[in-house]
Amino acid sequence: MSLSPSALTRRSLLKTTAIGLVMGVSLPVPLFARSAEPPPLADYKPEYFTAQEWAFVMAATARLIPSDGTGPGALETRVPVFIDRQLAGAYGIAADWYMEGPFDPAANPQLGFQSPLTPAEIYRQGIALFDGWCRQALGSPFAALAPVRQDQALKLLEKNALAAGKPPAGATPAEAGPLVPPELRDFFTLLLANTKEGYFADPKYGGNHAMQAWVYIGFPGARASYAEWATRQNVRYPLGPVSISGERA
Amino acid sequence: MARQAQKKDVVIIGLGWTGSILGIELAKEGLEILALERGPDRKTVPDFRYPDVADELKYGVRNGFMQRPRDSTVTVRRNLSETALPYRVLGSFLPGNGVGGAGVHWNGQTWRPQAVEYRLRSYVEERFGAGIIPEGMLLQDWGVTAEELEPYLTRFEYVLGISGKAGNLNGQIIEGGNPFEPSRSKEFPLPPLPDTYDSVLFAEVAKSMGYHPFPRPSANASAAYVNEYGMQLGPCNYCGFCERFGCLNYSKASPQTCVLDALKRKPNFEYRVNAEVLRIEKAGDGKTATGITYFDADAGEEIFQPADLVILCAYSLHNVHLLLLSEIGTPYDPATGTGVVGRSYAYQMTGGTSLFFKDKVFNPFVGTGSGGVTIDDFSISQIDFAKEGFIGGSYITAGHTGGRPIQQLSLPPGTPAWGRAWKEAAGTWYGHAMSIGAHGSNMAYRDTCLDLDPTYRDRHGRPLMRMTFDWKPNDIRMTQFMKAKIEPIAKALKPDVMSSSYKTDSSHYDVRPYQTTHNVGGAIMGIDPKSSVVNRYLQSWDLHNLFVMGASAFPQNTQYNPTGAVGGLAYWAVEAIRKDYLPNPRPLL
Repeated sequence: MSLSPSALTRRSLLKTTAIGLVMGVSLPVPLFARSAEPPPLADYKPEYFTAQEWAFVMAATARLIPSDGTGPGALETRVPVFIDRQLAGAYGIAADWYMEGPFDPAANPQLGFQSPLTPAEIYRQGIALFDGWCRQALGSPFAALAPVRQDQALKLLEKNALAAGKPPAGATPAEAGPLVPPELRDFFTLLLANTKEGYFADPKYGGNHAMQAWVYIGFPGARASYAEWATRQNVRYPLGPVSISGERA
Repeated sequence: MARQAQKKDVVIIGLGWTGSILGIELAKEGLEILALERGPDRKTVPDFRYPDVADELKYGVRNGFMQRPRDSTVTVRRNLSETALPYRVLGSFLPGNGVGGAGVHWNGQTWRPQAVEYRLRSYVEERFGAGIIPEGMLLQDWGVTAEELEPYLTRFEYVLGISGKAGNLNGQIIEGGNPFEPSRSKEFPLPPLPDTYDSVLFAEVAKSMGYHPFPRPSANASAAYVNEYGMQLGPCNYCGFCERFGCLNYSKASPQTCVLDALKRKPNFEYRVNAEVLRIEKAGDGKTATGITYFDADAGEEIFQPADLVILCAYSLHNVHLLLLSEIGTPYDPATGTGVVGRSYAYQMTGGTSLFFKDKVFNPFVGTGSGGVTIDDFSISQIDFAKEGFIGGSYITAGHTGGRPIQQLSLPPGTPAWGRAWKEAAGTWYGHAMSIGAHGSNMAYRDTCLDLDPTYRDRHGRPLMRMTFDWKPNDIRMTQFMKAKIEPIAKALKPDVMSSSYKTDSSHYDVRPYQTTHNVGGAIMGIDPKSSVVNRYLQSWDLHNLFVMGASAFPQNTQYNPTGAVGGLAYWAVEAIRKDYLPNPRPLL
């Protein structure tokens, strides 16, 4: 089997790999230049999150970008590591944001972010509130719920519709509850945005492990040089991604 | 107490496009010049170099080249009775920061306003009658004409090495260019950029419908180029990291690539960074500026810098802020309609339609900042305002700037925001979408304005500037008109799915999603000191040795991206300073 450079498209690569596995042989050519494998996600020591928060972030990102179906999920791409590092850094402390009072966190959302809390504080208080609600309303912390219940809970959080109090037996948790205070109303928005950032950002930030998300959608990463491709119509670009640190896939 | 520095002939506030141009042109006069830039120094190397700049998270999402709201921001309210709140996190607009200003991270779309846009009130009154002007709309002429500005717009385009195709050369309409543009005296300095697949599809269908597609004028060089200052550009490599990024390839025109290295070689020019001007100081007679006071962040001290000539070259919003803080000119009062500083703030009305094709591959990451194809068939000069019920116009355009997956992934309507369906849609549709957009005018109104906020303060203890702005029925009718023109074009391309996003009657200004960094007005030019802050040479009506550059001079926004007119006005103003003002300093009108 020979592999010309033009055969190194995502689809052909996946197909070749699958055939290789089925036939019990390995690829004849090393196609990847990668940095050393990081420790398994389960062994990662969070810089910002507590153990309970980390369990939530692992479980929640796994529902926001699940592993089933086509394409890698948040856990294979190490999105939780990305979020942990972002919150431990300048983003977490809102280093660039205007954070002077007075604050009106209940203002019209079109006037933008108005919480007095930094992203790191919003995660800390938001996870405590949401996990507490899950225990009270659904009987377990979020991470221990079945995926179907996790999705139901996230949909309520997305609408900031967690209701205080325990719902009647057998009922789905009621919508339109006042449990989420205005200063935490952006919690889900941040969680989802940061999850997608971690999925698609350069691997140097800890997520998008091995550029799997780029390979999956067909984005060549930091190649940034395509002059001769400007005028090629309806032809798929043949090369896989490179990262800022020089990884190839 | 501020330390007093040795006097300079000229002090320039802000070292972006206009500061660089004023600097190099006034340096030719042998004047001693100091430029003060509030942000850090920025150079192609190391700040924009490959591969570090190809970082969507750092520069695209976290806005690494932009103004930090912590250091400088505005408050926003949508009407005069709402309580304005700080623009705490960047969203709707992205002012630049540091040497090069927004000229570092712009796309490079370099347009000339249409001739009627410089004299919009006169045009409307002559053609349609003053009766069509809606209550509260502050329509105003610029005080300068397309013919007067033409040589200066040409000069700016030749400094930047703009790629494009003339459509009206000395009054002669040229096939393949924009037939609705004002007459230009020279062909573009560089030929148009090659068209990507989406642009080709749009051009073909637009032409078949009787429209006049032409290549969008672009500050991304299509070939090697050397400008009048000896600065060199190389051809764009379609890297897909243009807007929000500095150019890694010496291809996008910026102060760095087109002016600054030449300017820095002038022995009579000096610049300082991390030097934020706090106020412009006035002489006792109130007729001139004596200099400026700035905060030197490196030394941690305030410095009074005396100068004979003060050129305000900050971003448009900061120009207005500094005038208000320095108490130069009468602040505008929307209750009475009197005063001028902060009057006539305007923005940009945009909308668009996304098209999704299962069987078409666009390779969106193969992108240049301002390539693409445009039609101007529904531009401001081509619309019967009386018949259509609005004043304004848009250009309609296709072409993409990149395929960066965090910010530029376009999914069909109805796709869930998360979960397996989102993930699979990302895999299915990435690279299979294109868009057609409308980029349109925005008028100024009695209650769209800028003043000092009563509550919030910046890091120097100064009041933040307060922006009062919302979308108005006239401009919403305009963009709905464009929707009705774009959707048939989109349908003719037979996409599998399409979705439209245009402002409607229920739309209000939302500071969260990015729209444009085309904030204009507030220190507008004109022929009457009662309704303008600067005269037709951008000279302050109040202090004759103060000139104010930038889009703060626009009395209402044109339908185009502002940089072409900003650059043309800078060359126009600096010629008046050199030839008329310096020999005899005085009010020029």
